[in-house]
Amino acid sequence: MLKLLKYALYDILKSRFALIYTVFLALVAISIYQVSDDLSKVSLSLMNIMIMIVPLISAVFATTHFYNNLEFIELMLAQPVKRSQVFLSQLFAVIIMLSLSILIGFGLPMMLWGADSSLITLLAVGIILSAVFTGFAFLASVMTRDKAKAIGISLGLWIYFSLVYDGFVLYFIYSFADYPLEKATLALVMLNPVDLGRILMLMQLDISALMGYTGAFFQKFFSSSMGLLIAGGTLMVWMLFPNFFALRVFRKRDF
Amino acid sequence: MGPYIRIFCFSLIGLLAAVEGHSAVIRLVPGQSIQSAVDKASPGDTLQITAGVYKQSGIVIRKSLTLIGEGYPVLDGNMEGNVLIIAAENLTIQGLKIINTGKSNMDDSAAIKFFDSKNCVIKDNILENTFFGLHFSNSSGMTITGNQIHANAIREFEVGNGIHLWKCKNSLISKNKVSGHRDGIYLEFVTKTKAEENYVEKNMRYGLHFMFSHDNSYIRNTFKNNGAGVAVMYTKNVLMKENRFEENWGSSAYGILLKDISDSEVIGNVFLKNTVGIYMEGSSRIQFTGNTFRENGWALKLMASCDQNTFRANNFTQNTFDMSSNGSVVLNTITENYWDKYEGYDLDKDMIGDVPYRPINLYSVIVEKIPAAVMLWRSFMVTLLDRMEKILPTMTPDQMIDQSPKMRPYDYG
Amino acid sequence: MITVNSIFKKFGKLEVLKDFTLNFERGNSYAIMGPNGSGKTTLIKSILGMVLPDKGEILVKGLSIKGSNDYRKYLGYMPQIGRYPQNMKIGQLFSMMKDMRPEIKTYDLDLVEAYELDKIKDKSLGTLSGGTVQKVSAALAFLFNPEILILDEPTAGLDPIAVEILKSKIKNEREAGKLILVTSHILSDLEELTNHAIYIFEGEVFFNDSIESLKEITSEEKFSPAIAKLMQWSLKKKSTTKAMTYA
Repeated sequence: MLKLLKYALYDILKSRFALIYTVFLALVAISIYQVSDDLSKVSLSLMNIMIMIVPLISAVFATTHFYNNLEFIELMLAQPVKRSQVFLSQLFAVIIMLSLSILIGFGLPMMLWGADSSLITLLAVGIILSAVFTGFAFLASVMTRDKAKAIGISLGLWIYFSLVYDGFVLYFIYSFADYPLEKATLALVMLNPVDLGRILMLMQLDISALMGYTGAFFQKFFSSSMGLLIAGGTLMVWMLFPNFFALRVFRKRDF
Repeated sequence: MGPYIRIFCFSLIGLLAAVEGHSAVIRLVPGQSIQSAVDKASPGDTLQITAGVYKQSGIVIRKSLTLIGEGYPVLDGNMEGNVLIIAAENLTIQGLKIINTGKSNMDDSAAIKFFDSKNCVIKDNILENTFFGLHFSNSSGMTITGNQIHANAIREFEVGNGIHLWKCKNSLISKNKVSGHRDGIYLEFVTKTKAEENYVEKNMRYGLHFMFSHDNSYIRNTFKNNGAGVAVMYTKNVLMKENRFEENWGSSAYGILLKDISDSEVIGNVFLKNTVGIYMEGSSRIQFTGNTFRENGWALKLMASCDQNTFRANNFTQNTFDMSSNGSVVLNTITENYWDKYEGYDLDKDMIGDVPYRPINLYSVIVEKIPAAVMLWRSFMVTLLDRMEKILPTMTPDQMIDQSPKMRPYDYG
Repeated sequence: MITVNSIFKKFGKLEVLKDFTLNFERGNSYAIMGPNGSGKTTLIKSILGMVLPDKGEILVKGLSIKGSNDYRKYLGYMPQIGRYPQNMKIGQLFSMMKDMRPEIKTYDLDLVEAYELDKIKDKSLGTLSGGTVQKVSAALAFLFNPEILILDEPTAGLDPIAVEILKSKIKNEREAGKLILVTSHILSDLEELTNHAIYIFEGEVFFNDSIESLKEITSEEKFSPAIAKLMQWSLKKKSTTKAMTYA
């Protein structure tokens, strides 16, 4: 497994995409640092990139990468190695590459110009969302035999989780505005990894507004480490679950 | 003539005695009764209470004495009633540590309770586990300074106010620390009084609470992490200057709640990390100048019942929402503030944005109606909605505008 | 050495292999032929474990390959079109393959030397021409001296010299007693490389015998016309079965 991962990583880290993506993130971060006069404004602007752009790029890149490597994957499958190892080495290579791009592209400017806890959280959220959407992309890839279709599914999932879903939730709370909705809304938010990442950021940036909730549950959820643990834990589940299903499909798939 | 002379002589002797008594110092050691020492003392005497524990309560003082503690003697009220009850003029209490008053709402047990007093000084005392801390009624010219008042009740009804003034005037409340009480400082019918440099935190309800208390000023106080912040009501001519209102978090917690306040000034204060920086209703003719609103959930909640207020030259930075309102009629002036959310431009380089700023955004209107919606804040969906609203305002009041937003924040330190 | 025991495979509604049974013996070289879509590739991929049959079993050296990956150490596979990670160098590809079979210490470097791959081992695979990629694939297939060689269109894309090198290598291995499976559209290559013909038609074995008997049965002197006749027969059979079902 580690051997396979080593070579897969070597290949992907040398790819032109890895370089372009890192430079792109770095340029974005540098320009945001230049125009913003304080750190929390930086994290606000970077947050939009993390929540929108990073999942999009992760989803599209991971799908393309899978299909570009399909023949190689087939060759690997003809070797005396386990299928799961072939899959996991490809998966981890993609996740590690995407994470390194974020760490370098965003992390270096942060080291140069300073960071606070919200920016550190942001890095973690970016890495987790990369892993989640790589999982979605791999799942879409192993379930279809057509690259265009797989990219379509990945993009669809991205649009769904970053836009459509929130629209539904907004519609839902608007329609049932007369009922106490806090818990339902929180539960709905848990069902969307992008929202979860956003809530983790809200807990850093907008804690004063979140504390306006009635009820001890929310006071506790948002102010203590409990909320952080629950949201973080649920994100972990989101990270594992598409990847796990993709692995299961991969093990039974014909090539 | 003789009797008259005799009376005169007696008076003279009495007067002399009194003058002599002014300098009399009576030392008390633990075990002695403070009450009997007080009874024996003449007006003007000093009771020097040495270190140790005095388990005594209900001590009544009706003359001008000076009570000074040496090494913080402990007056333990044994959980019964008040510890000191005072109705006097020119009295000083300094350096005492008073603990364990009764816990009754019936008689409002306090560490020190003043009635009908004048010109007294209460200085550098330590109060612990008291129901009310310092309680004043119908008094004037009180100087309350440097006291540390701390209670540790768990529920609001188990504790009274830290510094409580009712029907008082011309007083000074300064440099006290109050925590753990119901209201940190409570003023009702108190006029011409100054509160300065007090540090009031972690009280159950309000850090500062006043009503019907005109012509007072509040300067350089800190009100931090109180259950519901600061609430002031039914008062005119208030000056609030350079205070800090911090970390007042909760569904009905405010940096300041202004209700029916008029003709007042709120200048140079800092509102940091409050759920609502300022909530106001029924208030008019207040000048808000040079304040800093930072990291609040809502910097301002301005109800439609407010009019003729002016918000000028304030800094609004990193608030989740800058402003919200329940109505669309705007009778207030908002001008020359700095808003970090302002995205306009300044082509003529006069440091004032060329397009006006709308401090109320669409989503804050939605959140006002449906609090749960705040959980979608900063999502792409909501950002889109807000952008659309900025281009084509439909739901937000279009007169609520800062016509000359500043391009750079004011330097208020 | 390889036993394919009545396997079934459907892709969606399309039945690609139907009750498919075959035996491959050591020391033989098999030409696997059939029109496009007949099931050749599915058969090969099933043996390689890339396609999992719905039913039936495949035995390699007497052991079922189901759920096993270890048996693949006996296989050398040369894909039709080898595509490798773009940024990997040839040298790295070889060391990776070697890493995957750590127990094998001696390598068959005949083709590496003949194709002079050592000289270009620092080239990235993404920059290679199609022919060079095929050379790499061929060299990899033989690298571990496997007992079974599965060659999918081995000569496609290679220049004539490289083809001759590969052919003589295949012949050597056959004489060394290995089992070789070859698919190709170039009949002359098949005639030269193999001694046994398998013709697959619509998921079933239509012909399975030595090339001598193929020539005998079709009463043709040469390999190509014999195959052509076989194809005609298969088509005829199809139309008669169709006619029968319609009747």
